[in-house]
Amino acid sequence: MSNEATLHSHQHEVTHGTVAHDDHGNGHHEHHEDSFISKYVFSMDHKMIAKQFLITGIIWAIIGAAFSVIFRLQLAFPDTSFPFLETILGHWAKGGHITPEAYYALVTMHGTILVFFVLTAGLSGTFSNLLIPLQVGARDMASPFMNMLSYWFFFLASLVMVASLFVQTGPASGGWTAYPPLSALGDASIGSKIGMDLWLTSMALFVVSQLLGGLNYISTILNMRTKGMSMTKIPLTIWSFFFTAVLGVLSFPVLLSGFILLLFDRHAGTSFYLSELFVAGKALSNEGGSAILYQHLFWFLGHPEVYIIILPAMGMVSEVLAVNSRKPIFGYLAMVGSLFAIAILAFLVWAHHMFVTGLNPFLGAFFVLLTLLIAVPSAIKVFNWLTTIWKGNIRFTPAALFGIGFVSTFISGGLTGIWLGNSSIDIHLHDTYFVIAHFHIVMGVSAFFGMFAGIYHWYPKMYSRYMNNTLGYIHFWITLVGAYCIFWPMHYEGMAGMPRRYFDYSNWESFKQFVELNKFISIVVLIVFATQLLFVFNFFYSIFKGRKLTTTNPWNATTLEWTTPIHPGHGNWPGEIPEVHRWAYDYSKDGHDFIPQTVPVSPDESKH
Amino acid sequence: MQAMSVQRKKIHPHKYSLWIAMGSISMMFIGFTSAYVVKRAQANWLAFELPHIFWISTAVILISSVTIQMAVKQFKERNMKRYKQLITLTAVLGVIFAAFQCAGFAQMSDRGLPLSGPVSASFIYVIVGMHMLHVLGGVVALLIMFGRAFRTRVRVYSAVPIEVASLYWHFVDALWIYLLIFLSIAR
Repeated sequence: MSNEATLHSHQHEVTHGTVAHDDHGNGHHEHHEDSFISKYVFSMDHKMIAKQFLITGIIWAIIGAAFSVIFRLQLAFPDTSFPFLETILGHWAKGGHITPEAYYALVTMHGTILVFFVLTAGLSGTFSNLLIPLQVGARDMASPFMNMLSYWFFFLASLVMVASLFVQTGPASGGWTAYPPLSALGDASIGSKIGMDLWLTSMALFVVSQLLGGLNYISTILNMRTKGMSMTKIPLTIWSFFFTAVLGVLSFPVLLSGFILLLFDRHAGTSFYLSELFVAGKALSNEGGSAILYQHLFWFLGHPEVYIIILPAMGMVSEVLAVNSRKPIFGYLAMVGSLFAIAILAFLVWAHHMFVTGLNPFLGAFFVLLTLLIAVPSAIKVFNWLTTIWKGNIRFTPAALFGIGFVSTFISGGLTGIWLGNSSIDIHLHDTYFVIAHFHIVMGVSAFFGMFAGIYHWYPKMYSRYMNNTLGYIHFWITLVGAYCIFWPMHYEGMAGMPRRYFDYSNWESFKQFVELNKFISIVVLIVFATQLLFVFNFFYSIFKGRKLTTTNPWNATTLEWTTPIHPGHGNWPGEIPEVHRWAYDYSKDGHDFIPQTVPVSPDESKH
Repeated sequence: MQAMSVQRKKIHPHKYSLWIAMGSISMMFIGFTSAYVVKRAQANWLAFELPHIFWISTAVILISSVTIQMAVKQFKERNMKRYKQLITLTAVLGVIFAAFQCAGFAQMSDRGLPLSGPVSASFIYVIVGMHMLHVLGGVVALLIMFGRAFRTRVRVYSAVPIEVASLYWHFVDALWIYLLIFLSIAR
């Protein structure tokens, strides 16, 4: 369909709101206006649900990052009083010093929020919803209703989690992993009281949301592809969302079963995880439980979870790098194969989080081997990203920069994974700042970079406007440099044995050498946090005032989402869904800058 | 819910989603049973015999699988009266199954194996209880089907919803057989 025709039919489209089209494009259109509620609130349009996930995720990201700013202030300036903290936290920060309880609560909530609410729901929730139907050529998800429920369960989970921040005894504070016995005994700490129950409730709702979403993503990718869109023609974004959803659907239920047992231990007097404990000098009646059992169940999700976070970022970066270097992705099948390998290995390495729990060292050796094997598909992917941009005609858009930044942080964070994956080195490094540095760079920063690449790249599709480029560049450079300044020094602290999760290090002679370094890190945190607020400003400002999109395909990309009108209605394509004839990466081919997937293959065309 | 057109006429997307959901639910019970295996290998494991009433509930759920299969057949032949009777019967059998499971819990409790007793007993309560919840979820689905069958304004000719419901029903049936065998063998 030509541009003009698309735009023309778009005029027709906006006046009718939700229209269910049939396959032949000659169907009678149901003419009705959407109400505010059905369009913006209880929307079943995957594009609107994606925006709901994204904006909820952004709000959570601000909260989660603000928490880290507060506890970084404590770590850098344990003796300085910050009166504004008392203003916002009340008795949790008497005299401008946060209490140890508040510190643990902040750390726990920072982890929970960032891992689950931002980088799981906010990342794959947003882009799986936005891109799967658009890139495979479907009107909507397999079940738009379930998709809507998926968001609203996430919203409920968010409400419960927010509520837990305001209860008198504070939110959960036993770490984001919620290990028993701390999480199982209400008397163990104040964060283990109602805050822990709300945490578990919220997480159970969150799991339901993820399952509803994941079912839909898989079902849509496998069943709703347009004509000609074979599995080897789908863009790598879709492959990555597919494996992400498979990981989520198979691992979140196991986490739920772990939580259910934990709830019984908390409230029904069972002893799944509890054994021979003394609380406040009193012996508990529980016997025969095993706290390690919880760790097995938790990490059976917990490890796939890190791939749930990073795979969507990998997929989007692949797409963004190919589009912006005007080159086909290097090694498409190797990319798919390595995603598959990572997804399989994700289920076989969970015990590397438990090397020092007294795990049989013989068993540990297998987990070391399997863990180190992940380096192989990861290295294949890194090699392919580098060869994709190699000698490319790179357009340094903010999205492309974040894509390249992703590759950088993924390499530097991934390499330290090889250290930690060795059980013998892990004995020294476990529970130190080295671990914090490793997973923040490889999973936190990288996933955020992938997410930013996605947001800058697909923003025109979401809001029909561009984000401001200058602010985008400022955002990128400060974030990249800042991320390294924050997390690189933590490696040295960790190697010196500085443990994680401590409230105050000033009593330890051995860590006094890091006082200035900690100040440096915290000051960079403040700068980077402010820069993220700049991004948030850019995001919301551009929704209303950004430069308007004038073409359907602003990046000259080959994929199907750019064949939809500038303001796609519910149903995405006004006429027939386009047929697909080629893979998604025909860039710089036979003298053409790019050939969209909808163009038939001509007989004299060279093979890719 | 508006019907989005299916682009390729293969397996219905809802049925497909159910298959994935069944995989997901299976993972949850695999989680429980593997926790059971890990725990059983540790010290202080108390082995005991399962309540005999679980065998009766097994018979009930097996019969209900037959009745729901008959209901699908009647629906396709548009014998709506028979269909309504059969899904009602299936739902009632589901509730009876749940009742027998609860009776099993009561038996265990009488034998000195309460929920907060030995871990091996706690596991039975949690695993069987979670399975029971899944059966009751199926009963709710059948009640919705039942309500739909009585609507006069909108007639449903698509067999997909009842097929999805029956597939789920067979699944929770098979899941119970797995759990029963597992819990009987790994005591």
